[in-house]
Amino acid sequence: MSLQENAVNLLEVRGLTKIFGSLKACDHIDLAIAKGEIHALLGENGAGKSTLVKMLFGSLEPNAGDIFWNGQKVGIPNPGAAKKLGIGMVFQHFSLFEALTAAENIALSLDDGAPIGTIAAKARALSYSYGLPLDPDSLVGDLSVGERQRIEIIRCLLQTPQLIILDEPTSVLTPQEADKLFETLERLRSEGKSILYISHRLEEVKRMCDRATVLRHGKVVGHCNPREETAASLARMMVGNEVHAVVRQPVEGIEKAQSLLEVVNLNRQPATPFSIPLKNINLSVRAGEVIGIAGVAGNGQGEFFEAVSGEVLQNDTASVRIRGKNAGGLSITGRRLLGAAFVPEERLGHGAAPRMKLSENLLLSRHATDGKMFVGAGGMVNSSSIYSAAQRIIEVMDVRKSAPDPEAAALSGGNLQKFIVGRELDRKPSVMVVNQPTWGVDAGAAAHIRQALIELARSGSAVLVISQDLDELFEISDSIAVMHHGELSKPMPIAEATFEKVGLLMGGAETGHPEHAAEVA
Amino acid sequence: MDITVNILMTIATAATPLLIAAIGELVVERSGVLNLGVEGMMVMGTIGGFGAAYLTGNPWIGLFAGIALGALFSLLFAVMTLSLATNQVATGLSLTILGLGLSGMMGTNFVGLPGERLPNLYIPVLTDIPVIGRLLFGQDPIFYLSIVLVIAVAWFLFRTRTGLTLRSIGDSHTSAHALGIQVIRYRYLAVIFGGACAGLAGAHLSLVYTPQWVENMTAGRGWIALALVVFASWRPLRVLAGAYIFGAVWIGQLHAQAFGIPVPSQFLSSLPYLATIVVLVLISRNKRLTMMNTPASLGQPFVPDR
Repeated sequence: MSLQENAVNLLEVRGLTKIFGSLKACDHIDLAIAKGEIHALLGENGAGKSTLVKMLFGSLEPNAGDIFWNGQKVGIPNPGAAKKLGIGMVFQHFSLFEALTAAENIALSLDDGAPIGTIAAKARALSYSYGLPLDPDSLVGDLSVGERQRIEIIRCLLQTPQLIILDEPTSVLTPQEADKLFETLERLRSEGKSILYISHRLEEVKRMCDRATVLRHGKVVGHCNPREETAASLARMMVGNEVHAVVRQPVEGIEKAQSLLEVVNLNRQPATPFSIPLKNINLSVRAGEVIGIAGVAGNGQGEFFEAVSGEVLQNDTASVRIRGKNAGGLSITGRRLLGAAFVPEERLGHGAAPRMKLSENLLLSRHATDGKMFVGAGGMVNSSSIYSAAQRIIEVMDVRKSAPDPEAAALSGGNLQKFIVGRELDRKPSVMVVNQPTWGVDAGAAAHIRQALIELARSGSAVLVISQDLDELFEISDSIAVMHHGELSKPMPIAEATFEKVGLLMGGAETGHPEHAAEVA
Repeated sequence: MDITVNILMTIATAATPLLIAAIGELVVERSGVLNLGVEGMMVMGTIGGFGAAYLTGNPWIGLFAGIALGALFSLLFAVMTLSLATNQVATGLSLTILGLGLSGMMGTNFVGLPGERLPNLYIPVLTDIPVIGRLLFGQDPIFYLSIVLVIAVAWFLFRTRTGLTLRSIGDSHTSAHALGIQVIRYRYLAVIFGGACAGLAGAHLSLVYTPQWVENMTAGRGWIALALVVFASWRPLRVLAGAYIFGAVWIGQLHAQAFGIPVPSQFLSSLPYLATIVVLVLISRNKRLTMMNTPASLGQPFVPDR
């Protein structure tokens, strides 16, 4: 590429700043994207990636700084203006309408006023030409997350943008779906389009991206060519220090250990038209082991968690057994009293009451199981013992906070997650069920939580982890099962599991029993 | 034969105000806004319609005054809930209380006065056809308007791009905002349309139904319209069905009471409510369809972060 061509970048950002209250979410960001390049934007959660991208797409207004488009200074007051310039965006979530069809969703982002029928035909043609088959008449609420993302991409492409912003596009895809996406991106690059690619998956950034900009705490900490870096050096730039690897000691004689959590022929009818029925799920988690449940989001993991934790009761009380006792008809508290602990996916409003203090949140989840310690004579709450227990959890889990006993909502997502996991670990539960333990948690805190889960298992508890993050599951699990369309595959010992095998199961290639396939072969 | 025609015509007259108020609220709720002030806007239309018609002697001026007053009243709601992001339920309730009080005050001097009535349609020859002539060509003008409104709203919501945009805002205002749709502007227009419809429905009461002014004349019809929208799962044609079922049972039980059927009159008076709810619940048994049509962001305030 000659200097001449490089002289005018498609998009250039100088000194872009966004301040929320006292927090500088973006602090004098400089960024340049050339024509026909895939540019990676790297950073931990809370580094300012989303804020930056929202300013580029006009949904947030910068406090300072300039944006240049083809060398011309421009203002982007709203998403409509961004589209007019030629900036398209594929959102991570939150921009599709579930109650509308795919074609209607696409039509909404086009301004040409064409009838929906022609848009459907155009979308179908374009989707097949990019190898992203799509049925325009299907209802978005019925589609898998991967299919929804196709709609987002097609919708973006139909606007013929010059710059496409993709926000964590592969976090919800199976490895195979992600490969398909990479092909599409390569093709777009060869057509001269530029792509701003936001991700925290370093391997795919190294594989695809021409240049990278790394953010940390709202500031640019470096520009680099990801192909010349290693995953470890990129991680160091993102986090600012080394991330400790999680250690998982192998376990001996697990086959003989007692089953502490058993799920037997668990079935569940869909509660809403958009939820997934559970079909005949069988699973057993023994003392000392960690079992991971992989799966693309929205394949019944949430429904499964609700059934196991007791948010939804089962008609068949024997379908969930905790420490050998039938628990299917017991409430959450009843199941906790049997020695189980649960960490739901959603932190605020589900795992914790946002406007209550950490100590109060501790009492909420443990007043029954630790009644003697926390509630004194005559039902009076024993605040000092709750407070000291909360402080103990905060210390053990290294929760960073601004006040001695802050409100849950005042903590960052990662720190609140550490507290919620720590709150359950502190009880030393014999059965622990966690949904998305480190979703949106930065690498250092995630390693801490993962290590704590492994250690809980090794101390003789049964741990069940539901996660979309395959790297995480491979790091901590002794066996991995895959959930697809409400069915659960047989757990695969980690020694036999590969990304490819799990990925195929996630895509629904061979639900059920991988060893049958092996027998046939 | 004449009695049957008369009964059918009174059914239409009873159903029309419910239908118009409900179809207006349906558009408002499809945009994701819950305006519980229908009763208040409606009664403003009633007093506005009566007052303007009485003072000018022209019921048509009354009709437009009713619409304008309803729309103006809804603008108050729109400013509060959309621009100032107040709680929609509380604001809607206070709008109803304000409307009932304000209309009572405005109407003190009108009580007991004879009002102007909008004339029924009369087309020579056509209206004189036996039986169907009067039913089809001899009703009051607002009846025809109500039918046109239902068809227009159904066509607008499900056949036009603007209607699609409106529905998308009701499904998720954050997604709509992310696409660059002017959420607040659409909602303002929807709320004002709803207010104009409520005003028109109210004016029907004092210009067609019973041309006079009595305090609290809407007598809970605004609330029935609100319930109709929900039980009709936000579908215009079901609102039409619901309003007419209500009207039919209402008129039917009045006649039953007049004939002295040995059933407690309280039970008969409650029949229209029961029948409407039962029928609409039966037709919206399909949970999936109900979910698809329920505006998911209904009642949530929208504050874009800048």
